[in-house]
Amino acid sequence: MDTAAFRRGVRDVAPLLLGIIPFGLVAGIATVNAGLGLPTAVGLSVVVFAGASQLAALELLGQNAPLTVVVATAVVINLRLLMYSASIAPYFREFTGRWKAVLAYVLTDQAYALSVASYRSDRETDRKWYYLGVALTLWGVWQVTTIAGALLGTGVPDAWGLEFAIPLVFLAILVPAIEDAATGVAAVVGGTVAVVGAGLPLNLGLLVAAGVGITAGVLTESATGGTDGD
Amino acid sequence: MATNYGPVEIAGVIAVIGVLTYACRLSFIALFGRLDEIPPVVEQVLRFVPAAVLAALVLPSFVTLDASGFAADKFIAGALAAGVAWKTEDVFATMVTGMGVLWVVRFLLPVGV
Repeated sequence: MDTAAFRRGVRDVAPLLLGIIPFGLVAGIATVNAGLGLPTAVGLSVVVFAGASQLAALELLGQNAPLTVVVATAVVINLRLLMYSASIAPYFREFTGRWKAVLAYVLTDQAYALSVASYRSDRETDRKWYYLGVALTLWGVWQVTTIAGALLGTGVPDAWGLEFAIPLVFLAILVPAIEDAATGVAAVVGGTVAVVGAGLPLNLGLLVAAGVGITAGVLTESATGGTDGD
Repeated sequence: MATNYGPVEIAGVIAVIGVLTYACRLSFIALFGRLDEIPPVVEQVLRFVPAAVLAALVLPSFVTLDASGFAADKFIAGALAAGVAWKTEDVFATMVTGMGVLWVVRFLLPVGV
């Protein structure tokens, strides 16, 4: 184990925890609000370990949406992990299959972004242990804060509207995801369809909105001839 | 809005979401060497997933058109938080702004519904 690289990963991820801690608390509180308890909060955080999808699944479960819609919505939200997996894969090439299986489990938006930025810089660092320093810190903080949120859950007055923190977290991730005109169109169309389709039967609003938004983005890109010529 | 699903159904849903999410994470990490690049068509579609999905998650919380009616406090808080998110791209600043404005409008101004 390269402790220096691990510690550097922990140090680099520390500022991001300011955003993760309230996010985890809200994910725990959302479990209680959906009428579920600590085992569900822990199960989601350990087995799924992907905040946005955990929150969406809890909201749909709370509304008694069909289970296929719950699963499909959560998985669509997590499709972005495919992109991170592809992008980080070359840096993990040399590791054994068993290590790859472990590293993949803790792959998140933040672990991906920090690690790839570090690998692309000139800095000499042990790839595996730097990544684990970042990713395991996030994992630990996520588990602790969702448990704390689930325990705290019922003690928070409804009027505070704590569930409003959830879209705020997504909003902060949405802005950097709008990289150009085509992704902007995908966001505007997806968001608008979701607002209009909020009352769709079976809670299909998000899935329909995501599908229409993605289609709009692809069409915009092919109509404008794609980005930077590749 | 408590769920009517029982513990077995909940556990099943968590397991299925967990397996599929892990498959997304492991996919290219495990396949690299045999499949060095995402097929271009797949990549072209995936590129729009975060923007479309996140916007679909966010906007209905700020612009509510459902039975409970339009909520001015959420709209104002969401709009100001969007401005902060745009300027800072910071989760914590966005959250503090959104919650702060929501509480000010809801508890201190007569606009709240």
